[in-house]
Amino acid sequence: MLAVDGISVRFGGITALDGVAFTVEPGTAVGLIGPNGAGKTTLFNCLTRRCAPDAGTVRFEDEDLLALPPHSVAGRGIARTFQNLGLFPLLTVRENVMVGAHGQGRTGHLAAALRLPRVRREERELRDRADDLLRRLGLAEVADHPASGLPFGTLKRVELARALAVRPRLLLLDEPVNGLSHGEVDQFADLVRSVREDFDLTLLVVEHHMGFVMGLCDKVVCLDFGRKIAEGSPEEIQRDPAVIEAYLGVAA
Amino acid sequence: MSTIVATLGTDRARRLRAALTTLLVAAVAVSAPFYFAPFQVFQLTMVLLYAVALAGLNLLVGFGGQISLGHGAFFAAGAYTAAVMLDRYDTGHLATLPVAAAGCFLLGLGFGVPALRLRGLYLALVTLAFAVFLPPLLKRLEPVTGGSMGLTVDKLQPPAWSGMAEDQWTYFVVLAVTAVSLLLARNLLRSRVGRALLAVRDNESAAEVMGVRLSLHKTLAFAWSALFAGVAGCVYTWVIGFVSPDSFSFVLSITLLAGLVVGGLASLYGPLLGAAFVMYVPSVAQDISEAAPGVVFGLLIIAVMFVAPTGLAGLAGRVRGTAARRLIRTTTPAADDDRPSGSEPSAPPTPADPAAVDAEPVGAPPRPEKE
Repeated sequence: MLAVDGISVRFGGITALDGVAFTVEPGTAVGLIGPNGAGKTTLFNCLTRRCAPDAGTVRFEDEDLLALPPHSVAGRGIARTFQNLGLFPLLTVRENVMVGAHGQGRTGHLAAALRLPRVRREERELRDRADDLLRRLGLAEVADHPASGLPFGTLKRVELARALAVRPRLLLLDEPVNGLSHGEVDQFADLVRSVREDFDLTLLVVEHHMGFVMGLCDKVVCLDFGRKIAEGSPEEIQRDPAVIEAYLGVAA
Repeated sequence: MSTIVATLGTDRARRLRAALTTLLVAAVAVSAPFYFAPFQVFQLTMVLLYAVALAGLNLLVGFGGQISLGHGAFFAAGAYTAAVMLDRYDTGHLATLPVAAAGCFLLGLGFGVPALRLRGLYLALVTLAFAVFLPPLLKRLEPVTGGSMGLTVDKLQPPAWSGMAEDQWTYFVVLAVTAVSLLLARNLLRSRVGRALLAVRDNESAAEVMGVRLSLHKTLAFAWSALFAGVAGCVYTWVIGFVSPDSFSFVLSITLLAGLVVGGLASLYGPLLGAAFVMYVPSVAQDISEAAPGVVFGLLIIAVMFVAPTGLAGLAGRVRGTAARRLIRTTTPAADDDRPSGSEPSAPPTPADPAAVDAEPVGAPPRPEKE
């Protein structure tokens, strides 16, 4: 479904990614792990066209992702969440989710200004769909609350709801349980598992929480200093000497 | 279940309150010209037309998160479009409105393109340059614009059947234009494109990841914003019947931006409050200090921003919030059931409450931007 090949990104003298290659098969969940600064988020940014790699290709269902304009990525069925929340803080939770459904609307500026009947209809549909998602994720209570000043765990769910509103087939989660408490991590893991099932999602997850990654993913890719040092099933990765050396560490 | 019932209740209450408010405002707006003296009606007319320009600026600055110090120039473009059409081609007044609107829309579209690459202070500077260079240009294009002498054109004349005086008829025409403009702006914001604009303001890169095409929404925000400024300018020509380059110096642009910030950024009725501020406060300032009205005007702006950092439109909410907090603090043990919000201890004084200013006798010339 997604094929990353030979991606290299350099920021000045720093090589953030160096010839990284891996694939994501439809319906699977792939974990991306590695020490801080290994290039995981940079890779996500390449996939969503936030930054342009210096070399390499990214193909999504036989289409060159790097040739797309950045705003078209969502339309192809790719959504993401952000490491430190990328919500719209002054919009309500519901509006945030409705922005996620931006690509499903057709209303142009003129029709919107005149508020034609079809604009009303579309608004109602988008709103209903957003409300469905909010109910599904247990966010109905905060629908009219601005997407700031809520508990961090709630905001993480809002971001997930917004990403689901894109109707993605490939969902990129950037440190989804970073900053959550122990109990919240388990809840969030259950939530991700159930939406994966319900929405038929393929997942690519960056996360430091090993319990979360190993429990969720079918395959794990480990990066270190911009290079892929290992790829394999969670069990293989946990035994891989290079991964243990670079990242997991040995028991004292 | 009970929450659903409760939300239904509040929803209906809110709708009812909105309908009542609209009705009340409409009644006041329609009866106003029959109560006030012609000069005061003229001032109200100017408030309405400034509100259109501020609503346009609000789309760009308040909701779009961009900045423009050049909206006076779009205003001028609209005004001159109307004046030239009336002067040279003798089209009716009404015909000038769509032309001015379309022209300014295109002009704004043109300006939206560099705005994609510039932001913050750089964009402010470029738009300011536009506002600074337009008046000399208008002076140079003498054959069309009348040069420094400007153009004098016919004002709106009331048709015989209306039985109204000139100022009343003008007021109603401008009221209609303003109402339609504000409605269009509101519709725009309450839609997919409006949400996209707000999303871009709040977090550009997240908006783009969600599929919002930044270039489209940012340039169109500029274009719509310019359109409203142009409509205001066009109506200005109808009302004043005279345009000259000196009426549209860059001070106008700055006054508009100041008015918007004072009225309340990203608020739907902030432009109206801001327009009242821009219209009345300079003349109040003149009454307070003959020598330096500008200083008093500036001080009043500072005072408003100090008391109401979110603008006059946000003041009511802030006062209510403070009052509620104080109430809770003083009456915590008491039952928390029906506590009417009417018991607000008429909190912090509002130095520039437009309603209070409204009643001031104003003798100064109506143009807020002097020199």
